[in-house]
Amino acid sequence: MAFIPHTPADVEAMLATIGVSSIEQLFDEIPASLRVKSLDGVPVGLNEMQIGRLMSERARADGRPLCFIGAGAYEHHIPSAVWAITTRGEFYSAYTPYQAEASQGTLQLIYEYQSMIANLTGMDVSNASLYDGASAVAEASLMAVRANRKSKSLRVLIPRTVSPMYRRVAIATAGNQGLRFEDVAYSPDSGLTPVEVLKKYEGEDITALVIQQPNFFGQLEDVDALTDWAHAHGIFVIAVVNPTSLALLKPPGEWGTTGKGADIVVGDGQPLGVPLSSGGPYFGFMTTRTEYVRQMPGRIVGRTVDLNGREGFTLTLQAREQHIRRAKATSNICTNQGLLVTAATIYMSLMGPVGLERTAAASHARANDLLMALTSVKGVRRAFTGPFFHEAVVLFDRPVAPILTSLANRGILGGLDLSEAFPELGYALLVCATETKTLSDINSYVTALGEALQSAVRAA
Amino acid sequence: MRAQDKDHEKVIFEYSHPGRGATDQWPQELPDSATADLPQKLRRSRRAQLPEVSELETVRHFTRLSHLNFSIDTHFYPLGSCTMKYNPKACNQYAMLPELLGRHPLGPESHGQGFLACMYELQEMLKEVTGMQGVALSPMAGAHGEFAGVAMIRAYHRSRGDLARNEIIVPEAAHGTNPATATMCGCVVREIPVNEEGDIDLETLKAAVGPNTAGIMLTNPSTLGVFERRIEEVARIVHAAGGLLYYDGANLNAILGKVRPGDMGFDVIHMNLHKTFSTPHGGGGPGAGAVGVSARLRPFLPLPIVGLDEGNRYRWLTEKDLPQSIGRLSAFMGNAGVLLRAYIYMRMLGREGMSQVGEYATLNANYMLSRLKSAGFDAAYPSRRASHEFIITLKRQARELDVTAMDFAKRLLDHGFHAPTTYFPLLVPECLLIEPTETESKDILDAFVNAMAQIQQEAEQEPERVTSAPHTMPVRRLDDVRAAKQLDLRWKPTA
Amino acid sequence: MSNVPPDLKYTKTHEWVRNLADGTVEIGITDHAQHALGDLVFVEVPESGRAVKVGDPTAVVESVKAASDVYSPVAGVVTQGNPGLASEPEAVNTDPYGKGWLMRLRPTNGTATAELMAAPEYLKLLQTEAG
Repeated sequence: MAFIPHTPADVEAMLATIGVSSIEQLFDEIPASLRVKSLDGVPVGLNEMQIGRLMSERARADGRPLCFIGAGAYEHHIPSAVWAITTRGEFYSAYTPYQAEASQGTLQLIYEYQSMIANLTGMDVSNASLYDGASAVAEASLMAVRANRKSKSLRVLIPRTVSPMYRRVAIATAGNQGLRFEDVAYSPDSGLTPVEVLKKYEGEDITALVIQQPNFFGQLEDVDALTDWAHAHGIFVIAVVNPTSLALLKPPGEWGTTGKGADIVVGDGQPLGVPLSSGGPYFGFMTTRTEYVRQMPGRIVGRTVDLNGREGFTLTLQAREQHIRRAKATSNICTNQGLLVTAATIYMSLMGPVGLERTAAASHARANDLLMALTSVKGVRRAFTGPFFHEAVVLFDRPVAPILTSLANRGILGGLDLSEAFPELGYALLVCATETKTLSDINSYVTALGEALQSAVRAA
Repeated sequence: MRAQDKDHEKVIFEYSHPGRGATDQWPQELPDSATADLPQKLRRSRRAQLPEVSELETVRHFTRLSHLNFSIDTHFYPLGSCTMKYNPKACNQYAMLPELLGRHPLGPESHGQGFLACMYELQEMLKEVTGMQGVALSPMAGAHGEFAGVAMIRAYHRSRGDLARNEIIVPEAAHGTNPATATMCGCVVREIPVNEEGDIDLETLKAAVGPNTAGIMLTNPSTLGVFERRIEEVARIVHAAGGLLYYDGANLNAILGKVRPGDMGFDVIHMNLHKTFSTPHGGGGPGAGAVGVSARLRPFLPLPIVGLDEGNRYRWLTEKDLPQSIGRLSAFMGNAGVLLRAYIYMRMLGREGMSQVGEYATLNANYMLSRLKSAGFDAAYPSRRASHEFIITLKRQARELDVTAMDFAKRLLDHGFHAPTTYFPLLVPECLLIEPTETESKDILDAFVNAMAQIQQEAEQEPERVTSAPHTMPVRRLDDVRAAKQLDLRWKPTA
Repeated sequence: MSNVPPDLKYTKTHEWVRNLADGTVEIGITDHAQHALGDLVFVEVPESGRAVKVGDPTAVVESVKAASDVYSPVAGVVTQGNPGLASEPEAVNTDPYGKGWLMRLRPTNGTATAELMAAPEYLKLLQTEAG
């Protein structure tokens, strides 16, 4: 089915108007040698009933295991109203709001989103979103190069406590424009990036420092000390944050003790009403200070008036974007993640400051419960001391992969195996709990873990 | 869509009252001890300022906002180069099955065979319809796919020690993302002209290629809505000079099932799944810019890609499988939910449906072009067939009546049509780029043509009515200059 | 018809240059350029002390339609960027040769403006571009 409405009578009338005898004739400008003979590699079409069955079978095959993985994608309760409204045709099938008069719904929504996210991160302005948190780090690095006039080196310090997924994407995306991303070591006891480690860069030309809070291990960095250090040396601070955590934690706009705060803030907005969905679509957020707004990539919505003096919303500062500036654009970005921003804005409106705070608190409480329960199992201990937020690293006395397989067979996704990305940690597992987990779920995990470890002993 | 809501919808913060909220959706309040281990100096001192409104107030506010939008579900939206075709509801429904929605990206392959099967089959189908030998699904938008494409071209040349090749040739009619992408990849842009027939000037092309040529970025049909008839010759010229051909898939809808980019000689393509494969535009995204490559570029594809092992199990290919990959462009695997929707759409179309897309998109465009020409409008390329889109130029109206393409676009809104693309491509003055798509009926095309004819008549007899349009929308002609000068980018309390 | 003051020098990229009494030069964009851009919403001028070569992109003028680089017609050191444009970018539209000046430079080469076009030549350029 191709959703084509034409009847044979329609086709006949249309061909007559055009003055051709067949649809084939309309392709007569195309060399015959290029014409496709058949698409045998594509299966025959299915109707809705058939595709519905196929998808249900596939979904059933994957099932719904209990998930204790975080690492940049977090399972939170999403109120039904969020996607009921987001999938309304008027939002779902609307185009980019270039014709402002025909898009006031989307434009006003984005303006409200910009307001909420700017406030949540403690900054002045926001854009209309970027692809995801990882590419937002790349874009922030490019923006820091443009905005940090005092620096020419294109060197960006990116601690090893920043998500390795984000680091990979930053290198793949911004490396082609001459940016150099340099690792910074972490302390093996605290799992944090100590300021001492940065001292060796003093006196060198560094463009930006990336600080993730909570960091990839879930540990809480000393953001004030790191921010102060960076600013004292003319280095831009790029903050990478989890938006749910910002309901409890100090926003990057307030980092540091000099009143300056982070320069650019990015992160992934997935925790705000966007389902896990195998990794996407999510959205990246970016906020900054007013003085840098013209260096910010992506779309931005502004409020203005129309010719009757009525308030309205429109895309603004477009002269910086690809469709006008072309080769000199701030980025080649054409899209924002409109549908996801819609969901996040509705989610933030439903939760409000209190709901978001309680979600953050409940997630943290469950993570604490999980850690306590796991570390009560013989052979399991925490990797790091010090405060964390809703994720933490635990260490085992044996390889993690077989344990995870065993848990998965019991319907539990135990966490993320860190042995590839961080071999120096040993048999390490990154675990996460959110408000969606109950104490009974945690019990199930611990029970299954006990069985998994026992069966390994028996097998040995 | 309601025109001119008497009660202009306030910004949601203006409905806030302290203490209000969707309280039933909140987790239970916990004692302070639950977060006592978070150090004071790292904690917020003041609550974030988010709206404080009830669930019904939220639902009402956003539902009313939705009424202020044009959308495919409510209006004909002939935006050239955007392919605003019907987004089948089945795609959304089955992509949002709870198991698919709830799957963590880092979950084990053992609990993802269903999802991975969909992704693998999508890769295979995209290869087949484009005539390419490798496909990667992770780029998250067309521009992102372009980035991957150019990065692969660059990686290919560098892997052969051909370090001087950093020039990307772009026709002057190209979409703005093309030169922007080339720059982002550390390349230099070289623009070449198109002739009055809308084809590339082959002599200029021959002069432009050389030892510094990394490649050429083209779309076919071009942004001018016409098929580049000598594409095989273009391919020969560029390949002979050692360069590669990049295909911008924005106009794939014109040739789906009829011609394949791989057969035309292209080495790398990106596809806009949110155009050709009907995933939702969503008010500006999310898109998905899958890339396809010929065999020699396969080693450079961005990761991850789905592979099939001997045991007929699906797995993610990694850096071990593709050590020369240009890397990962997404934290996880791209816009999985969008990819599922594209998969469902392609399965519903099937091989017969694919051909019909190209045929009926082209039929609709040619029909509109004929009727508009009969109604007295000037086609930019009158001797050419329309592909799936075509250009009308209003430069005569601008000169004689002082009525511009923008004025026509605004007046069309009053007739209940979203305007076509205006002022792109930049080459054609006062242009409207019109793409009806295959899912529109003859009736609506006729209605659109009739509206254009009416506006033309109005432009001749009562031009003021057109130049001050729209008249029935919630807002009229917003002050863009003020928006850019007096930046108001977020709500602030007036108190 | 575009305004082209006879006492100034011009470039192909629509900048004008005025010799000042103290040996510095004043630079802006022409009436033709401001008209093509439309209402300016923002102007970025260089900071004083910056060394520039001929053809360096030195300032940016931004309208709703376009953001354009302004290329330095002479080599030298910037003595001043026009501070008034931060609050009044539209001065470039209303008074492109007066209040709308963009920057002042001390040229490194004494005969800095010799290679530039005189008014009649620039006028001819505008006529050919329009034709």
